[in-house]
Amino acid sequence: MPDTTVGILGAGKVGTVLARLLLASGYRVLIAGSGAPSRIELIVDVLAPGAVAATAEVVARESDIVILALPLGKSLPLDGHASIPRDLLEGKLVIDAMNYWWEIDGIRDDLNDPRVSTSEIVRDSLPGARVVKAFNHMGYHDLDEGPQPSGTPGRKALGIAGDDDADVASVAALVDAVGFDAVIVGSLHDSISLQPGSPLFGANLDADAVRGAVDGFGATERGRVVAAARADESVVALP
Amino acid sequence: MSAFPLELGLNSFGDVPTDNGRTLSDAETVRLLIEEAKLAESVGLDIFSIGEHYREGFVDSAGAVILAGIATATSRIKLGTSVTVLSTNDPVRLYNEFSTLDALSNGRAQMVLGRASQTQSFPLFGYDLADYEELFEEKLELFMKLQRETPVTWSGTVRAPLVEQTLHPTMRPGGIPTWIGVGGSPNSVIRAARYGLPLMLAIIGGQPERFAGHVDLYFRALEQFGMPVQPVGQHALGLIADTDEEAAETWWTSWKPMIEMMGKERGFYAPTRERYELELATGALFVGSPETVAQKIALMTRTLRISRFDLKYDIMGLPRSARARTIELLGTVVAPRVREILAEETVNA
Repeated sequence: MPDTTVGILGAGKVGTVLARLLLASGYRVLIAGSGAPSRIELIVDVLAPGAVAATAEVVARESDIVILALPLGKSLPLDGHASIPRDLLEGKLVIDAMNYWWEIDGIRDDLNDPRVSTSEIVRDSLPGARVVKAFNHMGYHDLDEGPQPSGTPGRKALGIAGDDDADVASVAALVDAVGFDAVIVGSLHDSISLQPGSPLFGANLDADAVRGAVDGFGATERGRVVAAARADESVVALP
Repeated sequence: MSAFPLELGLNSFGDVPTDNGRTLSDAETVRLLIEEAKLAESVGLDIFSIGEHYREGFVDSAGAVILAGIATATSRIKLGTSVTVLSTNDPVRLYNEFSTLDALSNGRAQMVLGRASQTQSFPLFGYDLADYEELFEEKLELFMKLQRETPVTWSGTVRAPLVEQTLHPTMRPGGIPTWIGVGGSPNSVIRAARYGLPLMLAIIGGQPERFAGHVDLYFRALEQFGMPVQPVGQHALGLIADTDEEAAETWWTSWKPMIEMMGKERGFYAPTRERYELELATGALFVGSPETVAQKIALMTRTLRISRFDLKYDIMGLPRSARARTIELLGTVVAPRVREILAEETVNA
């Protein structure tokens, strides 16, 4: 694990917190903002000392795992002008830590569709990348304050989701290494239970409580909306 | 600790209060703000600031007009904005309003520019939230140019170009104190430093100490840009009552429905009572007895090196008597107590 390089695309609130967590756990960290590395050098030096500011291309190429911590709308721009180096992520383990947040992204109906999770849209925009959802549902200040050694009673937990068991296991190990229990929620399709509108969104809970919230999702207002939309879709999809 | 003398202020978003269970009308609330600002001045507070919101339950949509009313009813207290949503304002119009306020108040006008945590002004005035950054950057450039140079020649994408333009009434030389409000984005911190503007930290959740890195970043960036040291301030929510218990209960009654409403709009679940207690103990809420709040403010001057603390004292549905009590206690008990604690620390240091 200490030989693992984790790259972070996004040097904002979430990106800098994740960089600190990873550095504290012994990972090598590369981080890119939206422009030239020189623009974030001071930010990285002060808020995540030890991380290396680089271009998005270098981060994507040289990292074993790449975390997407930029505004979702910027990673999936309407004009198709990608702000992340999609080609270089082919074959990589990519952690989607992003959320649709209308106050940042603007009103985007395409990102607020109960039939598809935003991580599925991200996955479909990154051909060949092995996408796992993680680090998205806990507030960045809770992430910052929350890490604890494995086995600590009441240790906080993060829900994660993905389509490939081995990739999900890798991310679970990473989550554990930086100080949180990992609770596997299901596939990327299921990761809608980690999105805004779900009881887990903004939650800062231990593993049992996270599991409880996932199990109870279907009975929530949002869960019912999702279930109804998805049921309609399966009917329409029949020949 | 900061090199600047400590200032204590109030922030209002024009939240509509109750009076013996009756909800005040919008107009009554606007008039109440004038009375509260007068009270703030009479108990010795340094600053009274108004926010900018466009929704039911808040009457601060025309802050400069309210501040003008306060200006003529007071003589000493500084008059500012909790945050002016620069991205959806015309910098020329803002200049005109605040140079007029500065004239009217005999040099007491100031502002905080930022995004605010509420975004209704974007659709209301026909802006796209996704353009927030670009709008802010370009409008800040123009607004600071208007304040720092005259006449101004400027062209850009956000408004009509200006050619050799001088605005009237002209502002005092160099402009009015203009702070940049940030909610945690490192880039916003850098931007404040790039313009050499003071930094207002809006801390509304979690441990305020987390922002110590941002303060380091700010001072390092000022140095890098060759800018003189500037003050750092903190905006926080809270209520002061005679006892911790009374404060905690009174605030919870109004804060809980408010945070539930916000959660519904943004897709997060409202904090539990347990979480609330944590916010009181070690978090961002300044709710408690005068001693509790004074100790917490003093702690912030150490950990965040702030020299300005603004308490947002109104929250939808709060009894107006509780608001008045907060203002009184902040001025008469908390302010002298904070200064006393800081003086003791200086002696012991």
